[in-house]
Amino acid sequence: MSELENKIIQRAAALLTEGKVKRVVGWRKGEFIHDPSPATFETADSLKEFVYNDYCGANLSKYLVDISKKEGMTAVFLKPCDSYSFNQLIKEHRIKRENVYVIGVECQGKLAQYKLEEKGISGITAEAYDGENVVLDTLYGKETVKKSDALLDRCFSCKGKKHVVADETIVLGEPVDTTVGGRFDKVRELEAMTEEERFSFWQGQLSKCIRCNACRNVCPACSCLKCVFDNPQSGVAAKSNADSFEEQLFHIIRAFHVSGRCTDCGECSRVCPQHIPLHLLNRKFIKDIDALYGEFQAGEADEGKTPLTSYTEGDTEPNQVFNATEEK
Amino acid sequence: MQRIGVFICWCGSNIAATVDVERVAAAIKAEPGVVFSADYQYMCSENGQQLIKNAIKEHSLTGVVIGSCSPRMHEATFRKAAASAGLNPYMVEIANLREQCSWIHKEKEEATEKALVLVRTAIAKVRLNAPLTEGESPVIKRALVIGGGIAGIQAALDIAEAGYPVDIVEKNATIGGRMAQLDKTFPTLDCSACILTPKMVDCAQNEKIDILSYSEVEDVKGFVGNFTVKIRRKARYVDETKCTGCKICMTKCPSKKGLDEFNMKLNTRTAIHIPFAQAIPNVAVIDPEQCIKLKTGKCGICQKFCGAGAIDYTMKDSFVERQYGAIVVATGFKPINIDAFNEYGYNDNADVVTSLELERLMNAAGPTNGVLLRPSDKTHPKVITFIQCVGSRDVSGCGKPYCSKICCMYTAKHAMLIREKYPDTEVHVFYIDVRTPGKNYDEFYRRAVEQYDVDYIKGMVGKVYNENGKLMVQGSDLLNNEQIVIPSDLVVLATAIEPEPSVRKIATLLTASIDTNNFLNESHPKLRPVESPTAGVFLAGVCQGPKDIPETVSQASACAAKVIGLLAKDKLKTNPCVAHPNEMMCNGCSQCADVCAYGAITYVDKEFRLGGGKTEVRRVASVNPAVCQGCGACTVTCPSGAMDLSGFSSKQIMSEVEAICKK
Amino acid sequence: MQEVNKEFTPNIVAFCCNWCSYAGADLAGSSRLSYPANVKIVRVPCSCRVNPMFVLKAFQQGADGVILCGCHPGDCHYVTGNYYTRRRMALLFSFLNYMGIEKERTRVEWVSAAEGARFSAVMNDFVAQVTALGENKRLQDLRVKEE
Repeated sequence: MSELENKIIQRAAALLTEGKVKRVVGWRKGEFIHDPSPATFETADSLKEFVYNDYCGANLSKYLVDISKKEGMTAVFLKPCDSYSFNQLIKEHRIKRENVYVIGVECQGKLAQYKLEEKGISGITAEAYDGENVVLDTLYGKETVKKSDALLDRCFSCKGKKHVVADETIVLGEPVDTTVGGRFDKVRELEAMTEEERFSFWQGQLSKCIRCNACRNVCPACSCLKCVFDNPQSGVAAKSNADSFEEQLFHIIRAFHVSGRCTDCGECSRVCPQHIPLHLLNRKFIKDIDALYGEFQAGEADEGKTPLTSYTEGDTEPNQVFNATEEK
Repeated sequence: MQRIGVFICWCGSNIAATVDVERVAAAIKAEPGVVFSADYQYMCSENGQQLIKNAIKEHSLTGVVIGSCSPRMHEATFRKAAASAGLNPYMVEIANLREQCSWIHKEKEEATEKALVLVRTAIAKVRLNAPLTEGESPVIKRALVIGGGIAGIQAALDIAEAGYPVDIVEKNATIGGRMAQLDKTFPTLDCSACILTPKMVDCAQNEKIDILSYSEVEDVKGFVGNFTVKIRRKARYVDETKCTGCKICMTKCPSKKGLDEFNMKLNTRTAIHIPFAQAIPNVAVIDPEQCIKLKTGKCGICQKFCGAGAIDYTMKDSFVERQYGAIVVATGFKPINIDAFNEYGYNDNADVVTSLELERLMNAAGPTNGVLLRPSDKTHPKVITFIQCVGSRDVSGCGKPYCSKICCMYTAKHAMLIREKYPDTEVHVFYIDVRTPGKNYDEFYRRAVEQYDVDYIKGMVGKVYNENGKLMVQGSDLLNNEQIVIPSDLVVLATAIEPEPSVRKIATLLTASIDTNNFLNESHPKLRPVESPTAGVFLAGVCQGPKDIPETVSQASACAAKVIGLLAKDKLKTNPCVAHPNEMMCNGCSQCADVCAYGAITYVDKEFRLGGGKTEVRRVASVNPAVCQGCGACTVTCPSGAMDLSGFSSKQIMSEVEAICKK
Repeated sequence: MQEVNKEFTPNIVAFCCNWCSYAGADLAGSSRLSYPANVKIVRVPCSCRVNPMFVLKAFQQGADGVILCGCHPGDCHYVTGNYYTRRRMALLFSFLNYMGIEKERTRVEWVSAAEGARFSAVMNDFVAQVTALGENKRLQDLRVKEE
């Protein structure tokens, strides 16, 4: 057990035994090291199942929408990037802030289990660091991977190691810079293609979509009580297997609905079983918003309007927008 | 299933010449839900309307589609006809077959095909129409005027004249505002106090007017016809009902070093004071920052001398809550802070003054009793230089981008008054442009130049510096193309004006929109210039934009007319095509309220049954139908689709789109 | 370029706000200023009522081009409605282009109630633009065609 994990568990135990909180939201051990899952702990004893390791990428903030309505205080552990989502939900009045005790925890970048899987690595039982490399004990032998090859994509454009909201923090080490390249590199690459090429790129990607709704369910911005796509009254609820349009409609509207609210946490891409780079949809909106209306980071503040609920008299005309965004 | 009747109008030959109306009427019979279809020469005529009414009754129609001219022309006519036949008027839809079909197309086949699509589209919509009822809300017959300057005074007097009670809330200890500080007024040069103070007295004496001076609006709830306003009555430490205005307290008060705000801080006043001789109410007020008793507990001299027993050092702020049907905002202006304009040396030289300061220096009731003496050494200035556009028309960011509108005229006034009273004085005016639109305005300015020999110099001033006791004004003379330096004894800055800063808070409370310069926005710049976009809120005076006294008074009277028109109604009819949230789907995220220009959306915590005896309290949006104007901005902001618009629901619009696209 | 697509007449959906653009369209009519019959107008109270869903629905149902018309910025009947439209549609249309939808298929125009001639000119221009582009295949629902 790492020193950080130990500290976190001790703190959780203290909060529960002192009766300061009724429950703790964190991550529960899976069968291996690489498969923890979000969980609620109500007793100090149950914390033996608690885990905080390189695979705790899951953003816990959305769970608070429901849990914070329960009676009594809830403690939650948030990584720096998760805290943006939490703040955004506070802004939208979705979380009862007074019922939540936020503990910001250190993050040095999280690993993507699927990236290891692609390298044929599974069944990890122990993990150690050797400089830039991660040394993994698996059921099938020892494996060594360069950490940067296994990081979640979102870590490459890490927002920094600062929590935008926290009642206390547990941070031991110095922050490690995991950023690689620019946040919008891939978006620019797509923008540089022809319309035809972009269309086939997205058709190729989105035709893989099985409408499992994992992206929507995990997304902290997609927190509607009832999604329009689940509402027969909306006229757009039907799924179809006849063509690709329904998927395009779903993803376009979803990206539009979260624009100005998406913190770019990358959970959509992390959980997509088809590995569709969904975050590239949201990032296009973010890039355009930054270029047209000034840089904006959703979740940085817990109040105020979003770029789509505000305006200036001299905003760019829609017919000029293509040139404007290309220039920047 | 609805029972829909379709009526195709020929409009004489206007439609029938290009659209085969009989074919349209016949083809449309086959549409699902259509139980009656007919065509007629003039649907809008008495006979045409009768045809519709009869069909509604005979065929028990639940929806009506009329293929005719634009709905902007006759929608109201046909709705009325339907209503008289017992059908809800909002069950009528119009297919625009004239302006948007027959009049723009020449080929009959093409126009007929399009007409069919347009009628089918209207049928698709009407299938989803729901009966709507206009709402009613009561009107409280009392008005509130925020601000007691000339705008507020005029509005209050006019409203009271019509017989409605009106309250003036004024943050200062007296009404009168900026106009009370002025010496003379352009273009007639009559004394400001002489024309203003009688109006102030009228206010005080009018039994319909209640003046709440030294008070501020603290909170506003409600909507047009029905506002509830909380007003803070600041502690003045003097009982208004007892004080007789005898001023004995002012002669006895030992704390004499307060700066006199009324005289632009050019002289001092006592801690207990009446702002000026003609103040309304004529009641003293204690400045708590300056009062020895309130600061140290020792003194109490004024209380000892007050024969009326009006002094109360224990007074606290109190609150009153009143209800109003309409609100007039008349919060006025202040000169901008000119600290950013170091080049004019205002902060370094006592003899560089603003125009409003000059007003006081020239006023008989001012610090120099009307004798023009320069502040530094109390001597008569022999050379006076005016600098116009100080902070106006300034895009550098230091000042304001707009023209303050009044400066050209008051500068000409000052120049003329000085030359009249002290003919041995030399007067120079630096200007960018002289702007004098208005009745007798340009004549006024020409008089200054031609009759009074005021030296107008086109050009801007680079700097003002002190050299051996003289203020050296260095500027460019563009017409002579030279740099000049004018050694002056007094420099007067025509300082830009800006809305009184407290207007921001008031705008927020009223959900009245405000522009980047803090001027309140009008509902329409040309056609609804005295109404705020927030229904029931009206704008008078400089809070809406720079203007002079005549314009302010006109606007105030216009406001009053609007208020009287509103208060004359017993009930307000409300548009039924408004937004409404589905509470079961509302997330309570507040985005809809963020885009509502009218402040029609509030949030309430509501208890919902979850089943199994459990309940849950959720924050949900609530639309006030009396305030909502039905634009639909909120419906698109709402990600869950909980917010929809009656008469233009998402499903209706999508079914129209579908009908249009169907090939 | 029109020769290439002589057979093809595009289907255009125009969303017009009630106060300016719909009135502008009426004025085009009463001034007898023609524009192609394949432009069909949907009347909305304000351009800010237009949900991106409506635009997509139109493409899904086989529209070849979608145009939104509203009051000129600053002249909105509802004060600020078209300012929101401007941001929403700027982002949406840029996004659709990012998805590979031809940018010529979408347009926003501000047309006042006095600009009947402009309304007609805008529609003629937009129809020519979409005609040159050909049929919308990228966002169409194939089921709609089969019907």
